Amino acid sequence: MNPTSSTKGPRREDPSTIAQGAAHALEVEHLTKRFGERTAFSDVSFTVDYGEVFGFLGPNGAGKTTTVRTLGTLLTPSTGSATVAGLALSRANGVEIRRRIAIMPESPGLYGRLTVFENLRCFAGLYELPNARERIDRALRAVNLVDRANDLCAALSKGLRQRVGLARALLSDPQVLFLDEPTSGLDPVASREVHELIDGLRQGGVTIFLTTHRLEEAERLCDRVAILNTTLRTIGRPDELREQLFRKALIVRTLAPLAKPEGAFGGVRGVENWQEDGSGAYVIAVSDPTVAAPEITRSLVAAGADVLSIAESHHSLEDVYLELVDEDVEAKVGCS
Amino acid sequence: MSRTRIRAIFVKELRDYRRNRFIMVTMALMPAIFIVLPILDIFVLPAVRASSAASSALDKRIGLSLLYMLIIPAVVPATLAGYSVVGEREQGTLEPVLTTPVRAEEFLLGKALAVLLPTLAIVYAMFGIFLACVKLFAQPAIATAIFSGQHVLVQLLFTPLLAGWSIWVGLMISARASDVRVAQQLGMLASLPPLAVVALLSLGVIHESVALAVGLGTALLVVDAVGWRVVAAVFDRERLVTGGRT
Repeated sequence: MNPTSSTKGPRREDPSTIAQGAAHALEVEHLTKRFGERTAFSDVSFTVDYGEVFGFLGPNGAGKTTTVRTLGTLLTPSTGSATVAGLALSRANGVEIRRRIAIMPESPGLYGRLTVFENLRCFAGLYELPNARERIDRALRAVNLVDRANDLCAALSKGLRQRVGLARALLSDPQVLFLDEPTSGLDPVASREVHELIDGLRQGGVTIFLTTHRLEEAERLCDRVAILNTTLRTIGRPDELREQLFRKALIVRTLAPLAKPEGAFGGVRGVENWQEDGSGAYVIAVSDPTVAAPEITRSLVAAGADVLSIAESHHSLEDVYLELVDEDVEAKVGCS
Repeated sequence: MSRTRIRAIFVKELRDYRRNRFIMVTMALMPAIFIVLPILDIFVLPAVRASSAASSALDKRIGLSLLYMLIIPAVVPATLAGYSVVGEREQGTLEPVLTTPVRAEEFLLGKALAVLLPTLAIVYAMFGIFLACVKLFAQPAIATAIFSGQHVLVQLLFTPLLAGWSIWVGLMISARASDVRVAQQLGMLASLPPLAVVALLSLGVIHESVALAVGLGTALLVVDAVGWRVVAAVFDRERLVTGGRT
């Protein structure tokens, strides 16, 4: 993959419109969007640095797309404030913000009766890009679609259309690229191609705001993630979130159940508590796995146990997500 | 205002129309129907101009026949403009466009020009064919009446004015409607009032005069000029993106 070059940091700055101290690609403070009585998202605050790939996760209806549309100036926030690509989010800055960003919606929305080139030519005009042909060629090269430039978009597969959508988003060298569910509905091969593209863009330094509910995608691609379920549930690096939510633990497997597990684990240094997991293994919460593991091994051997394995417990981003989203579901059930 | 952005929308629309069978059939069929009727009508007119009363009656018959030609700039743009915004929304192509720096005024002007220019080309071509037929095949007295009267001038001037009205009304309905067919039907209905005035003139219910023609023309011109701004003001990105759940 051959991502287009990116322009990092604010450009075309007009001092009257630049938000003071805008050091981030995105700064969102207490942003809320309501549609009448319904709240799409509420009191959302976060920042995204230039060059960062930021994952925005959440279940269907969590407010992810509405957040993107709000930051993209398509929707007016109900309350709160934000800075997008160095500009305060306001109606007056709408045109300039849209000039600095690009949004690829979940459905690429291409003109089916126009060719790939004609679609991109139209958008190059809308961004008033100089050297349009050159930029289109570069964007098509970035998504490996040079040989499909003269195909009608209606004749393309969903995966190829998604790539055209991505090429369109890259045309203007945006400071912030919003990708809304870029792999939704794609087969694994097409998804992998999109992942490779995003990976390439990240290496090129493009700031990417990626909404998805594919957790493995977020874990693989994102520097940091936020989990939204109307309100922001958590934010951080995937490994930080795992640490915040899950205590460090060791999984111990023995050939036969221990006669007196409390004797084996009870007084061992670094062990905080333990429990059987129901499959013949013991889950031992520890303060530091590297200290506790040798101690537990010695204790088990001294107790005459046949140890099959001792391994550190790993939690995926999916575990973090499910933990937080399940909490919300339980809270709703509790309230009702 | 950016001419580049207006041009981008305009060119895209023309390309899209050219490859849209429904639009091409609409643009070809409707004018064809509305040119056949006046030609037939003119050919069956009696050529007698013995008195001023007969001359006046002949003028009215010619005016009525030519009214068919004015239906084209009223109805064809209404159909296209009605499709313009809500059609894009239904296809899912509107949101990507609205995420670009294009302003509502530029977007609408590009769309309006893409409807207006083909409409003018079609109507003037049809009128040219009509005049050629009259010159070649109509009775000399009738041909003289058509060419020497104000009919030609009325056709040339009222065609863009009526088309302008239909386009802005059609675009306004399209920007607020949630269904293409509803937008097109409402657009066609809304395009008729100015045509009704022209019809009343042709039928002699309202007595034609230069002052009336100038007044009507000026009113349409003002409506066309203000229409652009009015439609831009009611063009609500939020409503268009969310489907009106605001």
